[in-house]
Amino acid sequence: MDLATLPTAARLLTLGQGAPRWRPGLPPAGPVHHEIFAPADEAGGAAFALALALDSLRAQAPGEEARRGVFLAERPLLWVQDAASIRKAGRPYAPGLPPAWRNRVIHVAVKDAADALFALEEGMRCRDLACVIGEICGNPRALDLTASRRLGLAAERHGVPLFLVRHDAARDISSARMRWQVRSAASPLPRWNAAAPRAGPGVGSWHAELFRARTHPPGEWTLHDDGQTLIAERPVAHATAPDHGAMAGAAGA
Amino acid sequence: MALWLARLALDRWRQAQGCARGEGSDAQPLALVTETAHGPRIDAANDAGAAGGAAPGMLLADARTLCPALQVVASDPAGDLAFLERLALWARRWGPWSAMDAPDGLLVDVTAVAHLFGGEEALLADVHRQLEARGLAVRAAIGPTAGSAWALARYGPPAAILSPGEDVIARLAALPVAALRLDDDVLLVLRRLGLKRLGDLAGIGEGTGGRDAVQRRFRNRRSPAANPLIRLDQIAGRVPEPLLPVIAVEPCLAERRLLEPIRHRPLLDQVLADLAGDMVRLLEARGEGARRLELGLWRVDGEVVVRRLELAAATRDVAHVCRLFATRLDDVDAGFGIELVRLLATWTEPLALAQADLDAAADAHGISLAACIDRLTVRLGAKALSRPVPRGSHKPERAQGWQAPLDPVRPSQEVFAFHSRPLKLLERSESIAVIYASPDGLPRRFSWRGQAREVARVEGPERISPEWWREKGGSRLRDYYRIEDASGCRYWIYREGIMGDARGGMPQWFLQGLFG
Repeated sequence: MDLATLPTAARLLTLGQGAPRWRPGLPPAGPVHHEIFAPADEAGGAAFALALALDSLRAQAPGEEARRGVFLAERPLLWVQDAASIRKAGRPYAPGLPPAWRNRVIHVAVKDAADALFALEEGMRCRDLACVIGEICGNPRALDLTASRRLGLAAERHGVPLFLVRHDAARDISSARMRWQVRSAASPLPRWNAAAPRAGPGVGSWHAELFRARTHPPGEWTLHDDGQTLIAERPVAHATAPDHGAMAGAAGA
Repeated sequence: MALWLARLALDRWRQAQGCARGEGSDAQPLALVTETAHGPRIDAANDAGAAGGAAPGMLLADARTLCPALQVVASDPAGDLAFLERLALWARRWGPWSAMDAPDGLLVDVTAVAHLFGGEEALLADVHRQLEARGLAVRAAIGPTAGSAWALARYGPPAAILSPGEDVIARLAALPVAALRLDDDVLLVLRRLGLKRLGDLAGIGEGTGGRDAVQRRFRNRRSPAANPLIRLDQIAGRVPEPLLPVIAVEPCLAERRLLEPIRHRPLLDQVLADLAGDMVRLLEARGEGARRLELGLWRVDGEVVVRRLELAAATRDVAHVCRLFATRLDDVDAGFGIELVRLLATWTEPLALAQADLDAAADAHGISLAACIDRLTVRLGAKALSRPVPRGSHKPERAQGWQAPLDPVRPSQEVFAFHSRPLKLLERSESIAVIYASPDGLPRRFSWRGQAREVARVEGPERISPEWWREKGGSRLRDYYRIEDASGCRYWIYREGIMGDARGGMPQWFLQGLFG
């Protein structure tokens, strides 16, 4: 590798400052290793991973494709789950998947984190996959800094993005390029008759905190996917009861 | 020449038991049965069973009343058919080609062959001797056409020979019409018409207009097995009767006999690479790719180690095969050395020639999906990888099935847009405690996994009735609700049953899925 192409230390220090804030639809800097921390007893983490994957694919695809909702020749998606994730959070259910992913899932059920890491890395080396989604429960010993660095390198080398959902995990050391803390948020009220006393639940909506990213400053958003695009609203500062910063600190950042 | 193995199923069972006819376990009354909608039905019964009153086609319950000591073994029609196929290949010793006549017959072409065995009588004697030495009861006959030989083997005198000069119809006139290889319903029609012998039918054909009358009666029957006139013409040789001969397909096999037994892994890898190269050349010549490979390692002391490999798609890639086998060879104990290595492709599929991918290109562009699935399958097992496919059912957990990732997906109806289904389904619905305003009303609060959750928004019920064609009568309907709790988590819960449906006590509540 040519040393001149490497960024200098000074540039690395100021990398996040001049960079734009993350927003939906922003073309990704490259295939990235995302890490999404989410509670295991809700499907918000996996749903957010799918929405994020779809958003980055839409941003990559040329204009015409994005407008018509055709993505990268319908390549399949590899979904790896370890046994604890399947037990706690269930298996993907095709009729409930977003329509863009519905017929494209290849599911891999593995017994522990070591096998899951192997499957994720092999999946990222495959050129025919649109992206790889992993679900790993807790903080297993096999998933250390070295393992996450391997995953990140494989994602960048072979051009397949990885979305690793960490169920009920503490924020340990990792080399993931973008790290999110996600929980479900109250779904948007129906557009018509919003004042109805007991309206049914709406489309999935998530509260996402980007707490570490290499190319973006951290931030918080409330996101939902309306079928065409991912839509973000910045949460009001004095909104919902649990203070998220305090909660994340308690989780052992 | 037609061969009739009248007791094929029983002969195979007896071979599996290793006993002669009427001895050992064959001395007890025994019947081979198939499960049918009306209970087990007898396919074949041995001599003791037949003496006791059991007959093929009888219900087992009826036979048991006649012969309470009757033993029962499940019959194996698929095994019988496979055996018959191998036997048809072996029967080519008597002629240039042979055809299967399922379920229990063979046809061998012996045109201009008999003199090699010393005449047709000697040929038939040889057939009887060879097959009886293998424990198979056989009746054989030779005729100028396949139909006439078939009729004589089943209904004629033993070892009958019909020489080409004779009048076929006259010789077969005394045989019953069943000798025409007709379907059961046609035989019934003929019996009702009073045509019992083959000569009766042929006699009508000779009278003026008689043949036209029979022709009119069966004018809609195109298939030979449903039209006695076509069968009659085939027997007499007036109409051709094409037969489908069996052809042996040799599996691709590559082997290395080693001058010096090998005991070390690098040498074995080298031999494996050579064998894979040979195999690829063999497959390429046939335009096929391997789906299943077997590697047999013969040790000096006679032990055989076999490693099997299944591939997701047909392949002819040496490096891929070697890499997959390498992980399977770690636990091979070479002992005093391996002297013979054999690679066998037991399952192949057509694979057109394609430009070989350069190694560097594969490294730069990643691997293909099929290769990725193979790699995952070798380490994680075949059951780990699957693809969800829709199945026709109203029950949510049954509406999704799992199949191998590269199998073709059957076309099916798209999911209804007005059905909201959860992103994830729990492996098993989990029981929850629900507080509600009225027994049939909306839930207010529920506790799941030891935590109480307040229901903020709810939609329902969506009623899904039990599938009466699959389930027992006591199963209860389900009322599904979509729930959003105060913190924004969305769940799919259901109440099993309603108050007063007389199918159990109080309705139970379950949580089945999680919405994204």
